[in-house]
Amino acid sequence: MSAIISVSGVSKFYGGFHALKNVSIEVGQGERIVICGPSGSGKSTLVRCINRLEVHDAGHIIVDGAELTDDTKRIDAVRREVGMVFQQFNLFPHLSILDNCTLAPIWVKKMPKHQADELAMEYLARVRIADQAGKYPSQLSGGQQQRAAIARALCMAPKIMLFDEPTSALDPEMIKEVLDVMVELAGEGMTMLVVTHEMGFARTVADRVCFMDGGEIVEIADPETFFTSPKSERTKLFLSQILQH
Amino acid sequence: MTTALRWTRANLFSTPGNAVLTSSIVLLFVWAVPPVIDWAFLRAVWTGTSRDACVGADVGACWPYIWARAGQIIYGFYPDGERWRVDIVYALGIAGTLWLTLPNIPRKWLGAALMIFAFPVAAYVLLLGGVFGLEAVPTLHWGGLLLTLVVAVVGIAASLPLGILLALGRRSELPVIRWFSVTFIEVWRGVPMITVLFMAANMLPLFLPESLDTDKLFRALVAIAIFNAAYMAEVVRGGLQAIPRGQEEAAKALGLGYWRRMTFVVLPQALKISIPGLVNNMVSMLKDTSLISVIGFLDLLGVIQAGNTDPEWASPNTALTGYLFLAIIYWAACFSLSRYSARLERNLNVGARP
Repeated sequence: MSAIISVSGVSKFYGGFHALKNVSIEVGQGERIVICGPSGSGKSTLVRCINRLEVHDAGHIIVDGAELTDDTKRIDAVRREVGMVFQQFNLFPHLSILDNCTLAPIWVKKMPKHQADELAMEYLARVRIADQAGKYPSQLSGGQQQRAAIARALCMAPKIMLFDEPTSALDPEMIKEVLDVMVELAGEGMTMLVVTHEMGFARTVADRVCFMDGGEIVEIADPETFFTSPKSERTKLFLSQILQH
Repeated sequence: MTTALRWTRANLFSTPGNAVLTSSIVLLFVWAVPPVIDWAFLRAVWTGTSRDACVGADVGACWPYIWARAGQIIYGFYPDGERWRVDIVYALGIAGTLWLTLPNIPRKWLGAALMIFAFPVAAYVLLLGGVFGLEAVPTLHWGGLLLTLVVAVVGIAASLPLGILLALGRRSELPVIRWFSVTFIEVWRGVPMITVLFMAANMLPLFLPESLDTDKLFRALVAIAIFNAAYMAEVVRGGLQAIPRGQEEAAKALGLGYWRRMTFVVLPQALKISIPGLVNNMVSMLKDTSLISVIGFLDLLGVIQAGNTDPEWASPNTALTGYLFLAIIYWAACFSLSRYSARLERNLNVGARP
C-alpha cells in the first residue's frame, strides 16, 4: 500500500503552546483512519495541517506526492485533491445548497455550469438531500447541513477526505444520518481521516485507530487491537472514560 | 374607536412618565410645525417676476425666486445652448437608476454593466465635450445640481471599491500591504475634509510640474474619493470581521484562491451586513459635496447662496426660501437613499443566519 499522505516529524506551536510534538503518520491509498483523543490533544490541528489550514512549524507533510510549503499554487493544488468536512459545517449561508456545491467545480475546475449542476445533484442524491438543493443552509437541519457539506466536498472529486469532528455539533438523532453517509463513502474506497469520538464508527469502518494526547500520537493500531488490548495506560484511561456509558 | 383609544392608552399613556413624554412631544409639534407650514406654504408667494412680489408685511416664502433661478440651480453656468447635453445625462442617469432599483424591470446585470461602464463614458464625453464636434465646457462652468450630482456620484462610485480594497489590505497576511493600508486609512481619516480639498485645489499645483497640471475639479474628485475610501474601508472591515473564520477556511479547503474566496464567499456576506454603515457614509458624502464651494465651485449650495445676494430678488424672505428649498432637495435625496438601502437589506436577507 503506497502512502498518499506522509507526515513526518511535524511540530506546531500556538505561541508558547506546543500543539503537535514531532508527529509522524503515514496514510495509505484507500485507508480509513480514525483519530481520537481528549480535547486539546492536537487531533484537529493534525488534520488541519494536512490541507494547510494550519501551517506546521517543523517536519514534512507530503500529500499525493506534493510537499506542503509556502508555495500557494501547490497548496491550492493539494486542496483540490483533499476534501474537508468541518464540525460547524461552514456552508456558505448566502448561497443555495446547489450553489454551495457548484462554486468550486465552476471556479476552480472551470466546469460548465450545467455540468456542475448535474454533478452536484448526483452527489446531493447520494447524501439523500437532492430535494433540498434549492434551499439555503439556514433552512436545513444540522444533519442535512452536514450532509450537504459532505456533498460539497465530494463535488471536487477529492482523493482524500478529512473529517474534523463531523458529528460533534449535531443533535443525537441526526448523528446516524451523517455517519451512514460516511460509512457508504468508506465502502467506496475513499481515503479518509476522521477525527471523531464515535467509537462505533471507528470499530466498523476504520482500518486503524489513532489515539492522540498532549500533541503526540500515543497509540495507533487496528480497531480490534485498539479496543480490546490497548498498550498505553493513557489509551486505556481514555477508552474507559468514553466507553463506560 | 375603542380599539384606537385602547391602543393610545396602552402605548402612549401607559405610565406617568410615558404620558409626560407623549404630551411634551405633541406640544413641541404643535408649537413648531404650524408656523413653518404657515410661512412656507400658506403665506408664501407663488408667482411674480421680481422682488416686488415678495416684499410686504405679511409675506412668507418667496418661491418665484426659486423658479427664476431654476436654470442655474439645475445646470449651473453651463452654456444655455448646450444644456440639452446635461438633459441627456440626467435622463440616462434616471433611466439607469430606475432600471437598477425598480424590482419589476428585468436584466439587472445588463443595467448594472451599462451603468458601470457605458454611463460614465457617455456622461464624461457629453458634459466635458471637446470631441465629436461638441463644444468644450470647462468644469469651472459646471455648477448647481449638476455639479453636486457629479461630485456625489463619482465620489461614491470611486470610494466604495477603493474602500473595499483597503479593508482587504488591512487584513492582509502580507505585512507591506497591511502597513500601507493602515497608514493610508489613518492618515486620511485624521485630516479634515476641508484641508484635503484646499490642498488638492491650491497646494498640489504648486508642487507638481506644469505638465502634470490637471483640472481642479478632477483633483477635488480624487481627493474626495480617497478621503471617503478611508471611511468606507473601516465600515467594510467591520463587516469582514463579523464573518466567521470557518467561511474562509471552507473556501480554502475547496481550493479557491484568495480573490475567489473574497469575491464569492467573504465579501458578499461582509458587504451585506455593512450596508447600513456604507449608506450612512454615502448620505454624509452626498451632503459633504457642498464643501467644494470652499474651493471656488458653485454647487447647489453655492448657486443658491450666490442667488440669495442678488439685488433683483432681495427681500427678507429670499435667503430663507433658498435654504428651505436646498434642505428639501438634500433631504429628499438622502431619504430616498436610505429607503432604498432598507429595501436592499430586506431583499438580501435570504439565507441569513437565524
